[in-house]
Amino acid sequence: MGSQSEMEKIIVVQPEKCTGCRTCELVCSFTHTGEFNPARSRISVFTFEKVGFSSPVLCQQCSTAACMQVCPVGAVSRDNKTGAMVVNSSRCLVCKACTIACPLGATFYDHVSDSILKCDLCGGDPECVKFCPSGAITYQEAGEAGLARRKAVAAKLKDVYEEVS
Amino acid sequence: MYAWIGQILRVNLTDATIKKEKLDPVLRRNYIGARGLGSKLFMDEVDPQVDPLSPENKIVFMTGPLTGTLAASGGRYNVVTRGPLNGTIAASNSGGSFGPELKYAGYDGIIFEGKAEKPVYLWINNAEVELRSAEELWGRNVPETTDMIKQATHEEAKVACIGPAGEKLVKFACIMNEYNRAAGRSGVGAVMGSKNLKALAVRGTGGIKVADRQGFMQAITDARNKLKAHPVTGAGLAAYGTNVLVNILNEHGGLPVKNFSEAAVFAKAENVSGEYQAEHCLVRNKGCFGCSIGCGRVSRNRGKYKGIGEGPEYEATWGLGPNLFIDDFEAISKANFLCNELGLDPISLAGTLACATEMMEKGFIPWEKADLRWGDADMLVEMTIKTAYREGFGDELAEGSYRLAEKYGHPEFSMSVKKQELPAYDPRGQQGIGLNYATSNRGGCHVRGYMTSPEVLGIPEKVDPDSTEGKAALLKIFQDLTALVDSAGICLFTTFGQGLPEIAEQLRQATGLDLSDEEFLLAGERIWNLERSFNLQAGISSKDDTLPPRLLREPMKGGPHQGNVVRLELMLPEYYTLRGWDQAGVPTPEKLQELSL
Repeated sequence: MGSQSEMEKIIVVQPEKCTGCRTCELVCSFTHTGEFNPARSRISVFTFEKVGFSSPVLCQQCSTAACMQVCPVGAVSRDNKTGAMVVNSSRCLVCKACTIACPLGATFYDHVSDSILKCDLCGGDPECVKFCPSGAITYQEAGEAGLARRKAVAAKLKDVYEEVS
Repeated sequence: MYAWIGQILRVNLTDATIKKEKLDPVLRRNYIGARGLGSKLFMDEVDPQVDPLSPENKIVFMTGPLTGTLAASGGRYNVVTRGPLNGTIAASNSGGSFGPELKYAGYDGIIFEGKAEKPVYLWINNAEVELRSAEELWGRNVPETTDMIKQATHEEAKVACIGPAGEKLVKFACIMNEYNRAAGRSGVGAVMGSKNLKALAVRGTGGIKVADRQGFMQAITDARNKLKAHPVTGAGLAAYGTNVLVNILNEHGGLPVKNFSEAAVFAKAENVSGEYQAEHCLVRNKGCFGCSIGCGRVSRNRGKYKGIGEGPEYEATWGLGPNLFIDDFEAISKANFLCNELGLDPISLAGTLACATEMMEKGFIPWEKADLRWGDADMLVEMTIKTAYREGFGDELAEGSYRLAEKYGHPEFSMSVKKQELPAYDPRGQQGIGLNYATSNRGGCHVRGYMTSPEVLGIPEKVDPDSTEGKAALLKIFQDLTALVDSAGICLFTTFGQGLPEIAEQLRQATGLDLSDEEFLLAGERIWNLERSFNLQAGISSKDDTLPPRLLREPMKGGPHQGNVVRLELMLPEYYTLRGWDQAGVPTPEKLQELSL
């Protein structure tokens, strides 16, 4: 399988920081299609409006990539430079099997361009990361990804221990 | 077509017809969008003397050219109609994703006319638009209505609706979109109610193009960087939400207490501050569409006032709190959640309750009507519900403070301008905001010319709040710029961190309009004068450009501005002159010609 190398960067989403502003959808659709259209964005924010909870959902560039495995013509492959799973449009039949196989719903059919859309990491410099105003989407070295959360958990433990001691 | 879509919907509720119409390019250039363009379209079709709650009134939903783009905080839409609270031109502004979704569906706006025979809602699914029965929804609150419509249409449909308050024609009912965002003021929700229009639901999957892609990206990047670097838009509003203002206004001596009857200093302000909210009730921060500021708060109350929802914002916190002498943040928050659920404007509700409480205390309204006392949080919660449903004394409160106070023979206790309740700044501590209240085209309002910015926050630079000097000139610029901002479809809060050059540049790059900064500001002035003309034709004139007598005659009782009254007589004539109006407050023919009106 096309596993990701040690030094590859990955997109890390922290829903607790997301304000639901959808700036990522705007910049993604604009960068890739030249217009502002969240319906054609490769990153999509789902919001539970009543309680104000939002989370961006996008391709996580799986190590065992269902989109690649299911593709009947080998049109999906890993970009060696960025680690992104990319669709070769000249090979793709637009059979949409990958959109069915994707467990995250992050690979989808775009009727405007009649093609399959998914996150391509903008060639290694993701625009959504640059524009996210709350730091909910970051692009980090694979090994560093959990650090912020580990620290947050440790800080809570520290508070508890300091309270009881 | 760039930035705008170029198409609007016309929905005749009387005969249930829906038409798609082109948007006139000259109107777009002159009135930009949202508040300005909505007002122009409305005024071209509606008699200013129209009964606001009659089928002859219309209600216009309009977005701006920057709505739905990457412009900083570009997600706003406006609702324009003749407002039932005071008969002025009402342009009520809201955020969230509703406005952008309407554009993605293929429309800059919607004009509703007539009255449906039975309750209906409008379902817009891109090019397919239909009126559907809302009989099952009538009587339901905002969350129930929104849930049911989303279930019947699309999970990601954006829903704007009224609650029981709008149905019951409460004079300060609002329109709620996505559960928690509000076109809050002037009673626009009652106009929907009067038309049997319960809701609008929209799903859009189209896109918006801009004239110069690279130029626009540069313009929005510059603007966003400025907002990020500014202490208010980059730090203060993000950290504590709009309630960051509680302690600031209290220290300034401008936080009104007990219906503006005491010194504008609240001893327990800390208990109702943004800092308190962050420590005790905050669940998470919430941003409107495309917003880098994220001033929205999701709050949770535990115990007696249990609940979760958005807000309260600063104005609601003040009104439902210090102005009623209540210092229990959870109670304030509960009343605010109820306002969201029932579709009520908390500023006018709170102002009306404060007026009634003072009049009861003074013996002008009998105690049999209701037992309103300063600081009674449980009564606040009870009366919020009764007002929305017009139950008991709530039926009288539902008419707003002016009609209530007038009915009992003492209109002077209504702390309103042009019958709309004042927001959270005592103008005896800020002369400029006094002039703003007096001249606002929709009556008592802080978001028509936010003089608190220079007078208290020092943005763009600090001016002496107690001086009347130069305030007329400064206010004119603030009012004109605000009209432009509201018409562009971006959030007014961005103007803490960005100015005319950044806003004009984003508009130029998005629309391709070849207008200078000054010409864009002139569009703002045109819109201001257009609204003024409507009010004049509606019979609202210079006699109404005033403040409640208390603020003009009763000196502030304590705090840093002790002894002050608002010296409106020193500012108003200068303001008229600077506006190019005669001393009766009527735009001169020369001014109208200059503005192509």
